[in-house]
Amino acid sequence: MSGPSTYEPKTGFTRWLDQRLPIVRLGYDSFVDFPTPKNLNYWWTFGGILMVCLVTQIVTGVVLAMHYVPHVDYAFASVQRIERDVPFGWLVQNIHSNGASMFFLAVYIHMFRGLYYGSYKPPREVLWILGCVILILMMATAFLGYVLPWGQMSFWGATVITNLFAAFDGGTGIITNWLWGGFSVGNATLNRFYSLHYLLPFILAGVIILHVWALHVVGNNNPTGVSVKSRADTVPFHPYYTVKDSFAIVLFFILFAIFVFFMPNALGHADNFIPANPLSTPAEIVPEWYLLPFYAILRAIPNKLLGVIAMFGSLLILFILPWLDTSRVRSMRYRPIARWFFVFFVICCLLLGWCGARNPDHLVFQTGVDAEGHATGFTFLMLARINTAYYFGYFLIILPLLGLIETPKARPASIDASVLGGRKVSSSGAAVQPAE
Amino acid sequence: MTDASIDTHDGEPSRRDFIHIATGAFAAVGAGLVAWPFIVQMNPAADTLALASTEVDLSLVDEGSEITIIWRGRPVFVRHRTGEEIAEAEAVDISTLRDPQTDDERLVPGPDGEYRRQYLIMLATCTHLGCVPLGDGAGDYGGWFCPCHGSHYDTSGRIRRGPAPLNLIVPEYTYLDDSRVRIG
Ligand code: HEM
Ligand code: FES
Repeated sequence: MSGPSTYEPKTGFTRWLDQRLPIVRLGYDSFVDFPTPKNLNYWWTFGGILMVCLVTQIVTGVVLAMHYVPHVDYAFASVQRIERDVPFGWLVQNIHSNGASMFFLAVYIHMFRGLYYGSYKPPREVLWILGCVILILMMATAFLGYVLPWGQMSFWGATVITNLFAAFDGGTGIITNWLWGGFSVGNATLNRFYSLHYLLPFILAGVIILHVWALHVVGNNNPTGVSVKSRADTVPFHPYYTVKDSFAIVLFFILFAIFVFFMPNALGHADNFIPANPLSTPAEIVPEWYLLPFYAILRAIPNKLLGVIAMFGSLLILFILPWLDTSRVRSMRYRPIARWFFVFFVICCLLLGWCGARNPDHLVFQTGVDAEGHATGFTFLMLARINTAYYFGYFLIILPLLGLIETPKARPASIDASVLGGRKVSSSGAAVQPAE
Repeated sequence: MTDASIDTHDGEPSRRDFIHIATGAFAAVGAGLVAWPFIVQMNPAADTLALASTEVDLSLVDEGSEITIIWRGRPVFVRHRTGEEIAEAEAVDISTLRDPQTDDERLVPGPDGEYRRQYLIMLATCTHLGCVPLGDGAGDYGGWFCPCHGSHYDTSGRIRRGPAPLNLIVPEYTYLDDSRVRIG
């Protein structure tokens, strides 16, 4: 996709610079003249939204770091001080804490987009894998950040998550003591989490650069999944997508602002307004909403080690997805059966999130009463197990098999033809071109 | 390298191969040595380790009650068990347990070699993911219950049901005299 550069320096200075550091050329080829499929819909605007989210988190984070004190005795109070006493501290703090949620909202939509339109299929495997790395780094960053305010959820979330790694040291404490720098989550832990919370977003930025680089080598996928075949299929990135992306960013920021200004704590947990207390665990520990589905998978399995493996596995499986899906048709627009399984997959993820937020032993609905008069029925644990099975089944059974048995619908001959309603290629399996 | 034959003597490793491997190995060992301090610095520091023991007077704990003390920054249960609780703990067939241990194996004998079976001392951290279980007879086995993901422990602190893999951990401790104990 990245054809020969069309940049022509116009002034003496840019000509001089271009021969020494072609940075203006890089920007021009990447964001101005970059040939982009002309049929991208609004699901494609989330990449730009994510860029803005990262910048927002870094800018607000650097400001918070000017006022935050990473010490068990002062951390909680310093965050309260930011919210109450520091001029506009409430604004910066609310943007940062809600920004994390917005970031995840955008990244999940961005990923479901990729799953639906087959953006992980050749030649975009590396692009997809870099995206998976970004997701994991984001989760790590958000988890570390959530510990910093040192409320009850911060402390006990940190305790539970670090104890996950004890599944691998046979109860000797070698790994956990190393992670904590002590015999429990304490001041040493808070300090190192702060250091890493500051570091990871910049590593994230580096991986995002690789992600965009990989994008610019292979080019955008598009809603038809049909590869770009000629100049007629594309438009230059600027002004077409700069404007479309900007519009979407504005809409997204309206939503963001509603949270920041009208319900800044709606996504948080009341227990995090209680200072950390190592002697008492809150009645229920729940992570932030964006980690709930993974928490549900962890709890769905009765064995600690297997639960931890399943939870990490649910993320790692995304890395090999390009080789699990056997269908050569990219876009599920033309996969009449797969698209239904995809819809169920989205529902499955939402249900897992619901299970993660609820006590596993509570009932989704009641079916009867046992001998002692307790209500019995379908528990959240059962719901979590069914959905965990579907989550893995989707990747390990449905996508591999479906590619072999499904007959795809007719795809347009080209992007241009699809936009202008041109002729269709035949729907027989034999006519399927490599990866459309 | 365009001409591989320069480097090899009829497929035999050459002197140059040896130098390459030796240099590479040396660099790898060096990289490991440099990495080591950066990894180990994360372990508990000397001052943290220095706080590693604490003393408790058991006579202050009434029968049928428990106290929670802090040792190495983490909570420790000290329970004065009733005769009933002890009997219950001893009656369990240990072959049915997930982490088989007799009640005596979870105690430490006093200076006279006798068990003070009424005093049970354990880390107050659930062996699942580290929450502090609820005590005072909580759970279906009359011992402790962890609300985080529902682990039930019996009157000896042994895991009976739920996701936790191990019994509540008994820290290292010794009796200083009849009723005083040093943990750590
Ligand atoms: C990927 C980007 C980032 C994400 C997802 C993220 C996420 C979070 C989250 C969820 C919190 C907890 C807020 C709360 O619950 O009240 C937090 C706190 C914090 N973050 Fe970040 N953060 C990011 C980048 C940064 C950066 C780059 C810095 C510093 C340069 C930073 C500095 C801080 C500080 C000082 C706090 C503690 C104050 C507070 O809790 O409001 N963050 N972060
Ligand atoms: S931490 Fe106790 S049951 Fe999970």
